[in-house]
Amino acid sequence: MSASATLTAASQPGLSPHARLRHDGARGGWVLLGPERVLMLDEIAAEILTLCDGAASIGAIADALAQRHAAPPAAVLNDVLEMLQDLRDKGLLTA
Amino acid sequence: MSAPGPPLALLAELTHRCPLGCPYCSNPLSLERVRDELDTTIWQRVIGEAAALGALQIHFSGGEPLVRADLAALVAHAHAAGLYTNLITSAVLFDHRRLAPLKHAGLDHVQISLQDTAPDNADRIAGYAGGHRKKLEAARLVRGAGLALTINAVMHRQNLARLPEMIDLALELGAGRLEVAQVQYYGWALRNRPSLIPTRAEVAAAVAIVAAARERLKGRLVIDHVVPDYYAKRPKACMGGWARQFINITPSGLVLPCHAAQGIPTLRFESVRERPLAEIWERSEAFERFRGTAWMAEPCRSCERREIDFGGCRCQAMAILGEAGETDPACALSPHHARLLALAEAESAAEPPSFTYRRYANAPSEPAPA
Repeated sequence: MSASATLTAASQPGLSPHARLRHDGARGGWVLLGPERVLMLDEIAAEILTLCDGAASIGAIADALAQRHAAPPAAVLNDVLEMLQDLRDKGLLTA
Repeated sequence: MSAPGPPLALLAELTHRCPLGCPYCSNPLSLERVRDELDTTIWQRVIGEAAALGALQIHFSGGEPLVRADLAALVAHAHAAGLYTNLITSAVLFDHRRLAPLKHAGLDHVQISLQDTAPDNADRIAGYAGGHRKKLEAARLVRGAGLALTINAVMHRQNLARLPEMIDLALELGAGRLEVAQVQYYGWALRNRPSLIPTRAEVAAAVAIVAAARERLKGRLVIDHVVPDYYAKRPKACMGGWARQFINITPSGLVLPCHAAQGIPTLRFESVRERPLAEIWERSEAFERFRGTAWMAEPCRSCERREIDFGGCRCQAMAILGEAGETDPACALSPHHARLLALAEAESAAEPPSFTYRRYANAPSEPAPA
């Protein structure tokens, strides 16, 4: 993990090496799996995580989502930062 | 009752054999023998059944799972079935030779237990000379191979004072996660409770140390903390509720709702040798017995937390009260809560007796076949 624990629009998030994103057929949704962790994701959260490739910045991810869903970019950026910060604090995301 | 939802995880106890003798082992006192262990083919079938049933994770545990030569084959099978694979190990049998095939098989995560930070005391607790040094080597090997590592620090009155050093050690070893697992009193730990249980003040100090460390190490180390519930006000949601999330399979193939469930003598457990896993999960008597809330008596039945903690732990009600259907005495609403607290206070204030190590030789003799 890098030194700074606080994500910004410039951070380039990716899944931690030990985190797995997969579709869960039995429950019909996406899940993020880590050690002793199972997070059921809603559609938006799953969409955000598929964009976290370790290269794209959070700003760019938020812009793409705002365009795709015709939503206000500033609000989307806030929501994305909040969600990814939480996953980062849980050790499931690197940036 | 309507059909239950899918389980989250399978705890696969591959064997009860283990080189260590930890006096708080969560295995039952009657350890299963190697001659009764499931073979590779049956485990692979069962792993496939668990994945089909909707399980998302598998924990390979024991005993010590590395004593099984087919561990990598089982990990590969679970990985191919889409399961998140976790190895829970004492790590004293780890070396390059064992690690490479496991990584190749798709192992996601390794959890290594430590007994203390002071090597001599760690080895004394484990009953295994030189074990601590081997564990540190193994942890470095795991990180060197790029695998994710959790340190499972089993804490109790004989090592809790070194919790700050344990947190430092987990960081130094490159763990992403530390489980501060204060001993829970089942199996061998119940037998050794007077040697293990800390005082209320010691538990409170540990809670404060963990809270401060979490803040300080945010983004570097995730810390989970399990506290002994004898001093609690409300019980733990044991296993997330009986038969709601977890399936435990013993080395011989018995299917349990939790690893301690054999402490409840009135339950009959079924075997994967005789019935498909899905049927056992959905319909077996042992799973149905305490599933949901219909079995509850007061004070649980009308409690607003009945679907939060599900009445606490059935095995603890059995161990302390001799009746598995009672409210967990860890709950302050239980009429027997004061008794549990008094036990904890008396035992933690007295000098700790010597350990009864977890060994086949110390297990009660097997009951004669019926």
